[in-house]
This record gives sequence, structure tokens and C-alpha cells, in this order.
Amino acid sequence: MDWGTIINNTLAGLLTPTTIAFALAALGLAMHFGFAGLLNFGIAGFMAIGAYGYAISVLTFGFPWWGGMIVGIIGSILFAILLGVPTLRLRGDYLAIVTIAAAEIVRLLFLTTAFTDVTGSADGLFGYNNAGGFTSANPFPPGSYGWGPWTYNSETLWVLTFGLGVLAVCVWFLWALMRSPWGRVIKGIREDEEAIRALGKNVFAYKLQALIIGGIFGGMGGIIYAAFANVSPGVYVTSITFFIWTSLLLGGAATIWGPVIGAVIFWTLQAFLSNILPELALAGILPVSGTQAATLRFVLVGIGLMLLVIYRPQGIFGDKRELTFVK
Amino acid sequence: MSNNDSPIKSTGLHIGEAAPGCKKTDPMLIIDHVKKSFGGLTAVDVEHLEIPKNAITALIGPNGAGKTTLFNLLTGFDTPDTGEWAFLGTSLSGVPSYKVAQMGQVRTFQLTKALSLLTVLDNMKLGAKNQVGESIFRALFPRSWRKQDAEIELKAIELLKRFKLDTKQADFAASLSGGQRKLLEMARALMTDPVLVMLDEPMAGVNPALTQSLLGHVLDLKKEGMTVLFVEHDMHMVRHIADWVVVMAEGKVVAEGPPETVMNEQAVIDAYLGAHQDTDLGVVTGRISIIDQEKDK
Repeated sequence: MDWGTIINNTLAGLLTPTTIAFALAALGLAMHFGFAGLLNFGIAGFMAIGAYGYAISVLTFGFPWWGGMIVGIIGSILFAILLGVPTLRLRGDYLAIVTIAAAEIVRLLFLTTAFTDVTGSADGLFGYNNAGGFTSANPFPPGSYGWGPWTYNSETLWVLTFGLGVLAVCVWFLWALMRSPWGRVIKGIREDEEAIRALGKNVFAYKLQALIIGGIFGGMGGIIYAAFANVSPGVYVTSITFFIWTSLLLGGAATIWGPVIGAVIFWTLQAFLSNILPELALAGILPVSGTQAATLRFVLVGIGLMLLVIYRPQGIFGDKRELTFVK
Repeated sequence: MSNNDSPIKSTGLHIGEAAPGCKKTDPMLIIDHVKKSFGGLTAVDVEHLEIPKNAITALIGPNGAGKTTLFNLLTGFDTPDTGEWAFLGTSLSGVPSYKVAQMGQVRTFQLTKALSLLTVLDNMKLGAKNQVGESIFRALFPRSWRKQDAEIELKAIELLKRFKLDTKQADFAASLSGGQRKLLEMARALMTDPVLVMLDEPMAGVNPALTQSLLGHVLDLKKEGMTVLFVEHDMHMVRHIADWVVVMAEGKVVAEGPPETVMNEQAVIDAYLGAHQDTDLGVVTGRISIIDQEKDK
């Protein structure tokens, strides 16, 4: 087995545009589920809206890259309102059902051939980073940066810097909100919304605000992902939603840094497993073929998620007292 | 204050004879034709009811009489089929529950709703009204809310001291006992500076020692000028602190009046209190043989 490559690829997983994108989405889920208690199973839909909003407004409407990104964010705000207005008056479980269905509808709308001119259908969209000027906005001259596993070309470095900047702003934003009286109301709603209503707070408005804030984070995650890779409907599937849930629960749902660290651990672990499992299969330790071994990691993710919610529901950073998954 | 002294009862609350739906000299809440049914069952059907201001009114009645449903209707947690009701002259029909609370009508719940995973102090601070930092935009600028938050905290700690919960302020509400949660819920309700406090079974599941202090707190509310409406099954408490008693049965108001008279009415005794209200439970179930002794007389 080539341990050098395995370790190198694993360490590289610590800091990639994908990791940052998923950390952003997990941060959005932390707002939704960890703090406000909203069961959102459609975070992939928010990411898709952000990514497509950016790509379509650049390619079809000729927006500059920053204008396209703003469109992506506005799109996720509208999506949050569209989801929230009819469902937030209902009990939490219903929101879960509606969000998972809505995310699928969004994905299928981008996948259908009816709008191929705009959405690119199954091929997705590409070339918008050049067309919108995101690539040429790169302040780093061409070349190789970093060292060891963290060696990047100037384009990746630009996406990483941009992504880290966005992530830092979002983390600050969430922290500033959750330490304020607004955050106190949000956490109160998670505990018992009727009690909060009896104290004279407009629970519906607070829940909608929380859904929008988390939706913006999710949309940003989609945008960062799109700034690095192509936009393809095959990415925003339901399993992505559950990867983000795993990242969130791994780090701790009701924490600020938990979702970020959780996403980093999750993607590093993914990188490790996708490297070591085929090697193990090749070496004859695992009785499966190489491709089967690579998909085995998703089985392990599922088992890991189950073990996590049973034995450590508060995550790595969570206070055991603060969030017990099963109430 | 000493809880053993007999509290001063408010009198002269009503105009004319004390009968169901009678007029009050100074009503706070006026209810007209409020009706609510669940399927075929009429849970609440109140023709007319007035709740007197600055007095303690008890709402009693057998299980399923519609007391809690009436509470839910009055506070906007449920909508009636027909009817209207006014709070201090303002109609409350169709007003959402959070606005009702903002107007100064606060309620507690039969099943205590402590916000378990918030600290006791945070529970209290949530009660305060008109908080600048509860607006999402101002929340980002601590300078705009820090001063107000500090004032709220002082007020909260003062109330916690009164309710003897100040040593628990940093603990999660989940760690409190059932009785302490009742106290916390009442204290939190007081943070809203209410004019009408509606308590749904404040004594349920509270031990006798704590009952004493809870009674004192309820009496204090009246002293401070608030109006109290409470649902309770503990007849000793009702007799001890209530100025006015409203009896409900099968959704209707069947009797009302001062506790001494109303609780001696035959209809009330038959419907609710039972013939042996003043005898030991052991006597009723036949485990103590006083009944036999009475027969012997």
C-alpha cells in the first residue's frame, strides 16, 4: 500500500473549496436545526439555488460575477420565504417533509430538458467563472503556492481565499446573532414555541428570519462550490443533504464552530476512506472490487451518523446539556 | 409576609345578584357568546362573563368542563367558533396570541413550559417586553441593546430572589424540580409587566411547603395592582385566596359568586365538590370508619 499518497490526499482534504462550501452549508443547518429547531432536510436545494442563481445570471443575463452571486443569495432568500410561509405555522416534522420534497423539485427543475437553454439540463453549466470575470478578478499571479499536501495553483488559491473570507463573515454573523437577545428568542423557540408566544413574541416572524439566514448560508455554500467546480444537477442530491447533516452533528448542532470543524473532519475522513478502501481491496484485505470499495465509504458514513446520534448527540463541541437529540 | 394570616378579600365586585353572567363594578375582561366545539362536543359555551379588575378570580369545575379551553380562547391560543371578548375595552377576537401577551395579558400553562435548555436567567430575560436587541438588525450592534439588557438582568435577578431561585440562575431550567419550574414560569410571566395574570393550575404537583409560598406570590400580585384569573382544583386554596369564584360545568358557567357562598350552593356541590368535600379521603373510600360512626349517632 502506498501510505505516502494516502496520507498526502487525506491531509489535502483539510482545506479544499469543497470543504469550505460544505462548512457554509453546515453553518446554515446549525442556524436552522441547532439554534431554531427547524428540521430542514432540503439544504441541498438551497445550495442548488445559490449555485444556479450565480451561473444562470452570468451566462444567460450577462451579470458580472459579484452580481451573479448576489442573485444566488436573493434566490435562496426567496426559496426560504416560499418554503416557510406555508409551513412554519405547522409542527416541525411537516417542515422536514416539505423541505426534502422542495429540494427534490428544485433539482428536477434544473435537470429537466424543458429548460436546457438556461440550465444546461443534465450537462449542467460551466464557463461562468470566466464569463463573469471571477477568474480574472484573481489577485494572485499564476504559479504554485503552499507546500506539501497543501500546494495550490493560483486559481484554487483564489477560490480558497474568497471562500475562507465568506466563511469568516458568516461565522461572525452567526456568532453575533446568537449572543444577542434575538438569539435568545430563537433558542427559546427551539425549546417551546408556545411558551415564547405566551411571552408576546411573534414566533412565526422569528422562525422565518432564522430560515432565511440559514438559507443564505446554504446558498453561499452552493456559490463557493460553483466557483470551483461546474454546476451540475447530479451534485445537489438528497445524499448531499445528509452529508451536511453528518458534518453538523459531528461538530455539534448548537455551536458556532462545530459545523465548520465537523465539515473539515467529514471531508478529511472522506478523502482518507476513498483512498484507503480501494487500496485495501487491491491488497486483498477487503473481499470486494476497487469501485465497490470506494462506495463502501458511504455505507460507513451512514453507520457513523447512526452511532453519532445514539452515543454523542451533542457532537464534538456541543455541551451535553445543551442539545439532546432525542427529547 | 406571613402566609398564615387570612388574606384581605376584595368585596363589592358585582352589581345586583351574584348569578351566572352578573355584571361587575369594574370588569377587566368581558366575554360574550364564546362558543367552541371539537367535532360534536361543545367544549365551551359561555353566554356572558365578566372578570373583575384587581381581584383574584378562581375558575373551578370538574375535569372536561372547558376551563383550559376557555383559557386558550381568551389568550388567542385557540380560535372560537363564535363570540367575542374584550380586554380593558379592546376587542380581542382574532388577535394573535403574541399580541394578546403584548397587551399585558400573560398566561402560564397547565403542563409547565420551562425552556429546558436555556439557563434560568435566560428564561427570565426572555419575558421582558420591547427589547431592542430582539430585532434582527439591531441584534448585530451590541451597543444598541447592551444597556437595556443589563437593566433587564437586574430586574430578572430581583424577581428570582423573590421566588428564591436566584441561586439557580446559571443552571439550565431542565435541572429544576417540578415545583421550581412552576415558580420559574410564574416569575417569567411577571417579567412581561402584566396587568392580567392567567394561571392554569398553578398548584398542580407542588408540595405543601411550596404551595404556601406560591399562595403568597399570587396574593402579592393582587397587592401590586394586578388581576389574577386562575384554574385550580385545590379547594382549600380557592377558598383561601379567591375573591370571586366562577364555576364551569360542561362548557357553561353554572354559578359564580364569592367563595363562601358559591361553594355552599347545592348545584356546585353536586356538580363538582362532592358531598364529602370536607371529609378525609379515607372516609370517602371507606378505609376510615368515621362514616359508620356517623351512622351510629
